[in-house]
Amino acid sequence: MSQQIQQREGYSQLAVDLLAKAKLSGATEADIIIADGETFSVQVRLGAVDRLTKAREKHLGLRVFVGKRSASTSTSDFSADSLNQLVAETCILAKAVVEDPVSGLPAVDQMAGERPDLDLYDSTRLNTEQQIELAKRAEAAAMSSDERVTNSEGGDFDSSSGRVVLGNSHGFLGEYQSSSFSISVSPVATDPESGAMQRDSWYAVQRKFAKLDSPEAVGLEAARRTVRKLGARKVSTQRVPVVFDSEAAGSLMGNLCSAVSGYSLYKGASFLAGLLDKPLAPEFVTIYDDGRMVGGLGSRPFDGEGLPTRRTTVVERGVLKSYLLDTYSGRKLGFASTGNASRGVGENPSVGPTNFYLAPGSKTAQDMIKTVKQGLYVTDLIGFGINMVTGDYSRGAAGFWIEGGELAYPVEEITIAGNLKDMFAGIEMIGSDLVFRGRIASPTVKLGEMMVAGN
Amino acid sequence: MGELVQLTSFGLTEGDVIGALGRVKVRAVDYADLYFESCVSESVSMEESLVKRATKSVSQGVGIRATAGEKTGFAYSDELTKPALELAADTARYIANSPSGADAVPVPVRQCPTRDLYPIERAQAEVATADRVSLLNAIDAEARRYDPRIKNVMASFNTEYKVVMVAASDGTLIGDVQPLSRLQVTCIAEENGQRQSGSFGGGGRVGFEFYHEGDRYLRFAREAAREAILNLSAVEAPAGVMPVVLGGGWPGILLHEAIGHGLEADFNRKKTSAFSHLLGKRVASDVCTIVDDGTLPGRRGSLNMDDEGTPTGRTVLIEHGILRGYITDKLNARLMGIPVTGNGRRESYQSVVLPRMTNTFMLAGTSDPEEIIRSVDHGLYAVSFGGGQVDITNGKFVFSASEAYLIEGGKVTRPVKGATLIGSGPEILTKVSMVGHDLKLDEGIGTCGKEGQSVPVGVGLPTIRIDEITVGGTQG
Repeated sequence: MSQQIQQREGYSQLAVDLLAKAKLSGATEADIIIADGETFSVQVRLGAVDRLTKAREKHLGLRVFVGKRSASTSTSDFSADSLNQLVAETCILAKAVVEDPVSGLPAVDQMAGERPDLDLYDSTRLNTEQQIELAKRAEAAAMSSDERVTNSEGGDFDSSSGRVVLGNSHGFLGEYQSSSFSISVSPVATDPESGAMQRDSWYAVQRKFAKLDSPEAVGLEAARRTVRKLGARKVSTQRVPVVFDSEAAGSLMGNLCSAVSGYSLYKGASFLAGLLDKPLAPEFVTIYDDGRMVGGLGSRPFDGEGLPTRRTTVVERGVLKSYLLDTYSGRKLGFASTGNASRGVGENPSVGPTNFYLAPGSKTAQDMIKTVKQGLYVTDLIGFGINMVTGDYSRGAAGFWIEGGELAYPVEEITIAGNLKDMFAGIEMIGSDLVFRGRIASPTVKLGEMMVAGN
Repeated sequence: MGELVQLTSFGLTEGDVIGALGRVKVRAVDYADLYFESCVSESVSMEESLVKRATKSVSQGVGIRATAGEKTGFAYSDELTKPALELAADTARYIANSPSGADAVPVPVRQCPTRDLYPIERAQAEVATADRVSLLNAIDAEARRYDPRIKNVMASFNTEYKVVMVAASDGTLIGDVQPLSRLQVTCIAEENGQRQSGSFGGGGRVGFEFYHEGDRYLRFAREAAREAILNLSAVEAPAGVMPVVLGGGWPGILLHEAIGHGLEADFNRKKTSAFSHLLGKRVASDVCTIVDDGTLPGRRGSLNMDDEGTPTGRTVLIEHGILRGYITDKLNARLMGIPVTGNGRRESYQSVVLPRMTNTFMLAGTSDPEEIIRSVDHGLYAVSFGGGQVDITNGKFVFSASEAYLIEGGKVTRPVKGATLIGSGPEILTKVSMVGHDLKLDEGIGTCGKEGQSVPVGVGLPTIRIDEITVGGTQG
């Protein structure tokens, strides 16, 4: 534990030193990622502090290439002995696997040059009492807004900040800082007649503290979403139009995001394999992945391999125009990387979204519901019933039954089923209500008919 | 296990640890503990007939926790030094709003788990990369040999070797060595431009020889290939309420989702579970007896001790249909005045302890499995599943079939595409009318997620008949 390098400022030098050592151990190419950060989270429940968590952590991930063979390792132990051993072991591990003709770092001339400041970091530091107070205010707003809110799974305030340093044997060395602040509340409501309980939650998350919704706004929305579920019932099995609220529609975008990942595609494990430049959806559907949105929750100046991030039009006027790729999956498919390498420390790069979203339309959610005589408004989806190879889709759902263009009553214990290809082709309307609460976002979406299974 | 875990393996002395415990266990703190962990994970994976990826991760750290009433203070550090321990102890203690007044902490007596459910020497747990590579190559060949329509085989072999030690203010000082491994195979089949996939896997707290016993690894390859080929001819699944027969083993995920989570003590202490008021009440039919058992040798969900140092046990959750008990950790057991069941688990030193399942299964009944299928005129026979999920508060749960068949006129007929089944936890088991004599535990692939923490678990089930449940297919 002696010779520990604890200073963040030392991380760039550490990366350079370890890359040099990797070369001496037989690596022909290598890259290294060092991440550190601190997190603080507060949970209050029924007005009292339930849990406080505070931590500081660091990780280092190393990837080496010995010719066309490669291995990745990681450690949280930054002692000199441990790191020297890691470098040696990684090179030995690489020699144990077979050659992969397309493996290797990105080409030198593709590395990110300019590193725009995307405004991802906020130096605001809140003390423990301030954070507890924010969590309490959020929960209290939910608890006091309606007498049917009887219990709580808690109100949370989380803050974190961190730094990523990435270097490779091409001489690339980059780093950036980011932060995030979030509030969430999970109230429980009880039906005064039946005694049945429902729970829901609401949340806000931002890179800048000042941009966060007020705790009261989050708490009130959480309570509204919970109380409206009381009295939910099943409906009979039938085929009807389905409106996905923005959260549920966001999960559909998440499904699409997995299907356009280069790794799923070259393995033949995506229902979109072979469909590039083919129509996927009606022509009013356009979907972007934008790594350069200022302050975006998925933004970063360079990706997990040091390539510049960018805005990629995934679906343009209904046509599938681009996959999301890193260097490896791009080479497998015969394309350049789209700057979507996502790098968990200690893992090989994979593909991940930056800010992935469906471009908004002009309708309000109410406009869209009005067009449905009999149908389903989905607010919650549960389970994992999606076959990415075929696109077959079957998930548990809850929401509201639509009758005569209006929300009539809450429904639960039903499933919705179809195929993702048909569902994207069947998009009928897109709402104007696009709000980013994560890396993947969508406005409200109205689809054509799906099978609803209930009674 | 096989060896006594020493604090010195974390570079610390007993004095350092007692010092930190004393610092965190101030008077207003009811209970405090330190959890030391070091973990080495290794993975080798294959696709396109090439074993081209190898990874290894090393992590170590300590989690320090203080509880006062319902409050928990928690801090963790990846540095195992005296100053880092002291800083984390001071942070955890903040919860007690009591900056000074150290309490007398009993000097812990080092114990050793009283049994060894996974007696694997370290040497056996370490598998040479070359052996992993040849295992995966053989799997690729076997799956492709099964049927020429298999176009891609993806397989991975993962091992984890975790050394833990718990020191607590109640005098606990105990360690364990927890090996874990898993082999996973996915096949992609293609015919007439149509693609399908099939998956199979297994493992446990076992050595490498486990995968060779009876050529288990080759069976995994054939099973994954078989499911992919079978699904090529699958027809659309039915939609609506119908009788469903679940096969033995992994379909026990039903129990995990429908009742297991709802019986975790934290949700019941907070009264946010649909089961909160149902202790002693009927929640299942007479033929259902369900236990959570962390003491089965070598199983994925088994542990010599939980992550608070409590020996794991066998807890009867439902006995002949009556709800008998919750699964607990120390905090919830103390607050609820009920026994500690040895279910306090955490993903790593970076996470807090929560009451979690170990191996959850239904005991065998008396029905003949074939008779159970014959009893259904029109329904579904589901033998393999993907994941599941539950809303604890309203009790609604789902689990999604990946291999299922229609039952028509008492006979298993055509395979159907995957479909999600949805039901209500406190009701679904009252609709179980037949339980087979063929209890099977799963192969060892389960991972349970709760509050963002993943822990390995097991499930098991005999063949059962559920008289009615909603099947989420596309054919009305």
